[in-house]
Amino acid sequence: MTDLRLYRPRVSTWWWTRKRTYFVFVMRELSSIFVAWFVVYLLLFVYAVGRGEAAYQRFLDWASSPWVTVLNVVALVFVLLHTVTWFNLTPQAMAVHVMGQKVPAWHIVAGQYTGLVVVSGFVFWLVTR
Amino acid sequence: MADSIRLRVSRYRPDTDSEPRWQEYDVPLRKEWTVLDGLNHVKNEVDTTLSFRWSCRMGICGSCGMNVDGEPKLTCGTFLSDYAPGPVMIEPLANFPVVRDLVVDLSDFMEKLPRVKPWIIREDDHRTVEPDVEYLQTPEELDAYKQFSMCINCMLCYAACPVYGLDPEFIGPAAVALAERYDLDSRDQGNRERLDVLIEHDGVWGCTFVGECTRVCPEHVDPASAIQRYKLKAAMETVKALLLPRGAR
Repeated sequence: MTDLRLYRPRVSTWWWTRKRTYFVFVMRELSSIFVAWFVVYLLLFVYAVGRGEAAYQRFLDWASSPWVTVLNVVALVFVLLHTVTWFNLTPQAMAVHVMGQKVPAWHIVAGQYTGLVVVSGFVFWLVTR
Repeated sequence: MADSIRLRVSRYRPDTDSEPRWQEYDVPLRKEWTVLDGLNHVKNEVDTTLSFRWSCRMGICGSCGMNVDGEPKLTCGTFLSDYAPGPVMIEPLANFPVVRDLVVDLSDFMEKLPRVKPWIIREDDHRTVEPDVEYLQTPEELDAYKQFSMCINCMLCYAACPVYGLDPEFIGPAAVALAERYDLDSRDQGNRERLDVLIEHDGVWGCTFVGECTRVCPEHVDPASAIQRYKLKAAMETVKALLLPRGAR
């Protein structure tokens, strides 16, 4: 075979800014960090509650400080992005068949939102009762 | 509608160039002309040195894939009028080494494809079966894999996949879709053999579910779905191996 002089293109570090779909993908990946942050936040919260009234009050003071509030608002936006994008992708990852029939994609997505509403409703009831 | 449109074509001549450069051509803008028609006009009437691959002109052979305005496209199904007033940027498919102008080197895929054994595997071996026996299928059994059998190996999914661009070891979308095509075939018994290949690091786990392969696929194969289904299968196998006694697997 002839010796080919191939040109090998390099992928730029900024490849993900080139297309909207690539950008959304990278933001979705980034959202995992904020999901992890909410887990840490919840653990800190439970830990403070467990240590009594004074510790709980200290946690609330810390949590209402401007930087924690800003961080939590940003985290909430990313967690919403995480939820919406992954819910939309689920039908692609799972081919569900019921009685030999393929379940339509929107049924799977709707099922997840229903689950989200039910769980959120239960947590809301638990907290406010 | 203007009567001509400018094509900005990436040119790379390995004997003289160290990297690609742009060359512009004005071609007639006609309602029924595709990007491939424009390139053929250049080749026949303007500059015979321009190199590109094509064959069927009807979206079946999968050889005329190129990046058009940065998006992987079959140029025979991409109309110039959609890019008016131009210019239209035409580059070789991204993520592949360039041989010349718009021609890319596909040997990496040619090496990867047979690894997933994209053919019907039978445990009974052909020698034990009557020579003329038919493996019949119901329409439902055909439907189970038909979508994945539509792949024409056009490589648009590899050009769209940033994971493949960053890590060429990744086996890639079309190879997994074709593995799934045979896994879902009721006549096939080779699931285990393919899973052993795809469960490896450069198999399905390289994929981060960007989903761009599915978006650019001209045959609606949905390779992203095939890869995620494989991940599910691989994860289930791992769980089974952990929980079940050896005999039950």
